[in-house]
Amino acid sequence: RMNLDEISCDKLATSIVFFFCLSDVSCNSVEQKIYVELNNTVPCVRLLNATHQIGCQSSISGDTGVIHVLESEADLEWPLSKGPNPPYMVLLESSLFTRSIMMKMKNESNRVAGVAVVVPNTSPPEFSPHTTCPNENTGVYSDNYGPNLAHCNTTVWNPRGNGLSYEEFDFPVFSLKEDNETEFIKQCYLDHNRAVNGSAPQYPLCAMQLFSHMHAVTNTPTCMRRNDINFSINPEMVCDPLGDYNVWGSIRPYNDTVFGHKENESVVIAAARLDSRAFFWEVSTGAEGSVSGFVTLLAAAQALREVTHEAPPTRNILFAFFQGETFDYIGSSRMVYDMENGKFVIDLDNIHSVLEIGQVAVHSGTNLFLHSDPVSRRNNTVNDEVKNLVNNLQSSTAGLSFLLVEPNVSQPLPPSSLQRFLRAQPIPGIVLADHESAFNNRYYESFYDNAANLNLTYPSDLSPEEQLEFVTDTAKSLTDVATVVARALYKQAGGNESLVNNIKADPKIVTQMLYGFLVSSNNSWFQAVMAPELKNILSRYGACVHPSPPEYYVGVAMSSTPTRLVQYLLANLTGAATNLTQSQCQKPDELPNESRQMYSYLWVQGIVPPNSTERDSFCVRASVRLTKAVSPAFELGEYASKDYSTWTESRWKFIKARIFLVASRDLEMLTLGVGVAVLFTSLLVTYFISTKADVLFSSTREPASAAY
Amino acid sequence: MTAAVFFGCAFIAFGPAFSLFIFTIAKDPLRVIILIAGAFFWLVSLLLSSLVWFIATKATNAQDLTLQKNLLIFGSIFSVILQEVFRFAYYRLLRKANEGLAAISEEDGPPLSVREMAYVAGLGFGIMSGAFSMINTLSDSLGPGTVGMFGDSQYYFITSALMTLALTMLHTFWGVVFFEGCERKRWWVIAVVLCVHLMVFSLSLLNPFYVGSILPVYAIMLLMAVWAFFSSGGSLHNITLLWTCRKSNTETSS
Repeated sequence: RMNLDEISCDKLATSIVFFFCLSDVSCNSVEQKIYVELNNTVPCVRLLNATHQIGCQSSISGDTGVIHVLESEADLEWPLSKGPNPPYMVLLESSLFTRSIMMKMKNESNRVAGVAVVVPNTSPPEFSPHTTCPNENTGVYSDNYGPNLAHCNTTVWNPRGNGLSYEEFDFPVFSLKEDNETEFIKQCYLDHNRAVNGSAPQYPLCAMQLFSHMHAVTNTPTCMRRNDINFSINPEMVCDPLGDYNVWGSIRPYNDTVFGHKENESVVIAAARLDSRAFFWEVSTGAEGSVSGFVTLLAAAQALREVTHEAPPTRNILFAFFQGETFDYIGSSRMVYDMENGKFVIDLDNIHSVLEIGQVAVHSGTNLFLHSDPVSRRNNTVNDEVKNLVNNLQSSTAGLSFLLVEPNVSQPLPPSSLQRFLRAQPIPGIVLADHESAFNNRYYESFYDNAANLNLTYPSDLSPEEQLEFVTDTAKSLTDVATVVARALYKQAGGNESLVNNIKADPKIVTQMLYGFLVSSNNSWFQAVMAPELKNILSRYGACVHPSPPEYYVGVAMSSTPTRLVQYLLANLTGAATNLTQSQCQKPDELPNESRQMYSYLWVQGIVPPNSTERDSFCVRASVRLTKAVSPAFELGEYASKDYSTWTESRWKFIKARIFLVASRDLEMLTLGVGVAVLFTSLLVTYFISTKADVLFSSTREPASAAY
Repeated sequence: MTAAVFFGCAFIAFGPAFSLFIFTIAKDPLRVIILIAGAFFWLVSLLLSSLVWFIATKATNAQDLTLQKNLLIFGSIFSVILQEVFRFAYYRLLRKANEGLAAISEEDGPPLSVREMAYVAGLGFGIMSGAFSMINTLSDSLGPGTVGMFGDSQYYFITSALMTLALTMLHTFWGVVFFEGCERKRWWVIAVVLCVHLMVFSLSLLNPFYVGSILPVYAIMLLMAVWAFFSSGGSLHNITLLWTCRKSNTETSS
């Protein structure tokens, strides 16, 4: 709209702005004078389990507070007690994002409207918002099984953990990046909100409003019950269970329709986990926590491909990648449940042993450690098998720069998927990790667990494609670990001993995977191994954004990028390229030698050959499958289960943040007072004039009008 | 800026127009019709003038800010002229309609005098002009924020409401004076109204120097009020009559 009468200088400028944003969907020049929308923010959302809710909540119309940039912990006095204009929106640097400050603000939450954390590009010395004892109630150790080992009585795995991720805040907490928007916010604070010489700051004050209203409350049984209420045609869902898919592949294929125990089948399982989390929603890089493990396992799978074709071992090897392990072992508990109930291709009795790859990239010396469960090892059979596995592992390090050592003291297994297998049945297993007792990872399950945590550095003059190919030191060290794992698995599966020393993982593949999973997922190699219909998940938010790695949060949408990437990578690295055309690839059963039940057939994009623009797509045949990784608690309807993961994520309508100036209450009341006065005065005057109109306007030249 | 400011500004901007409507217009359906038709005429004049401005801006370089500003001023002047043209057109239409209404009415003579039509038409113009000035700003005043982040004055809402009030009343007075001038064939009245309208527009260009824009506009409004009072049949004698009537009423009652 344009009112040409009431133009003013500033309105001219806004009219010009209005013209510029005519192409926009909604554009209002007065609104733009008032509000500045913040675009690069990440909220903290609410998660619920059987008994608690964690995370953050805002009120339904957003929480507004006067901005206060916190300078130190002592400065907390201003927003919590001294400041004259509560509630405050506290802006924190990441060095002040500590448990004590957040807890103090939680206790005075009627004066705190919300918190905004500025996440810098460089990491602090250590920071882990996870608990000190991850997954302590859903592991294998409990009062019935190794009671002195339960609840981290012997070893505290994550001593740096401050548990912030598992606290409940009733104000919103958002994260901001260190960019122009944050500078603008700080400048607004300096201009308007600073107290001059001890006196209170003058209105108008700079304020921020955060919207992150979560629909679910209390705990999972409550929100699942509310999901089921059928009031209207469109039932309102309030929460969704966390979950995704597990990826598994095997050397010898299994018929995907035949479930349950297989006679005379003995399988060695090699496991790793796929997911991680952070305090804020979805922003999780999990470099040491999960990427190091599954990249090593993928490289080991690739290293085993040739030798298992030439000289297949006696036992089968099954590579399993579990999703949702951060949240009480969603993926592994589901697989164990499926095995127990005959819904998986093998059974718990078919498992010969388990080798799990934990966090393996941050070495604190030249040794890596082999963790095992002391309680199950009291049984002699299990103990012998574990010793055999340890031998196989230790002998595989011949010629490499590190040794594999068992920890000195008898300590429990670290948090790992193997614990869920042991809960069902005593199975010999080893967890390979770089830490002897407490984690070496200083940023466990935080947004700082990124490429820098692994010292993944590239020379600065390389283009993205050159960085993809550059073999970093981290890649070399992980390649050695993958070689050891591959050799040990081959020996454990009863393979030909003389061929073991030929098994070597490929550093080029490892470095390309590390680049793709930790620096930029939209690279040429990942594009080549993905399906055409999935290529858009490699780059978030469209094509022209600066490079970013995928997110490792398990989520609720069942479409997480790392799962798909690992599925296609495992297929490409362990499967075989075929000559099938695209339509044959979709219906391979029509061909004589191909069977969809034994293999999965994936059409992948392939590379772009030089001097051409078309991709060389082809069909990959691999024994790689996806199985659902949703907690058995939701299949059984036991939402208050103590045995299985019951984590759900709340739903919300919209999440946004904006800053603006707020006026003083006095000015507002003055405006209202003037308005009411004008209204009453005009009513009185008009009534008076209209009743006396015949006296006032008595011109006798025109005939008297009809009614007044 | 919250509900207090919303209601305060709404009452300031539309309070007088609302009370005028309730006490003088709402009871008579014919006046309501003339009011709404007047509003519609103003709307059409705005539409046509904004079309001209829109084409002009689209046809020129969007990046040249001084050119755009000058185009806006040119467009506004054109709109002022067009509003007065439409006011004249409405006057002619009402004169024609009055003859028809007189023919079909039950009493002798036209049901509405030209003076009343002038007042109602002016109020119609004023209400529509006020609505277009103020509604957008009012809807933004409901949120928690106020203007000022980018250097604007924090009194933006109040001053917008005050300007809107002045403009609504000014349109009413211009309507009265204009129609009276056309009746008496005093064409210089039209020119004066046009000049005063342009002067008010140029004063509004002085915003946010509110002292320089609002005070003169209110002074002009008072002058126009006096002129409209005299041209619609009032006189000093009537005022003194009113005063003595009241005095005598109070004397007799007490």
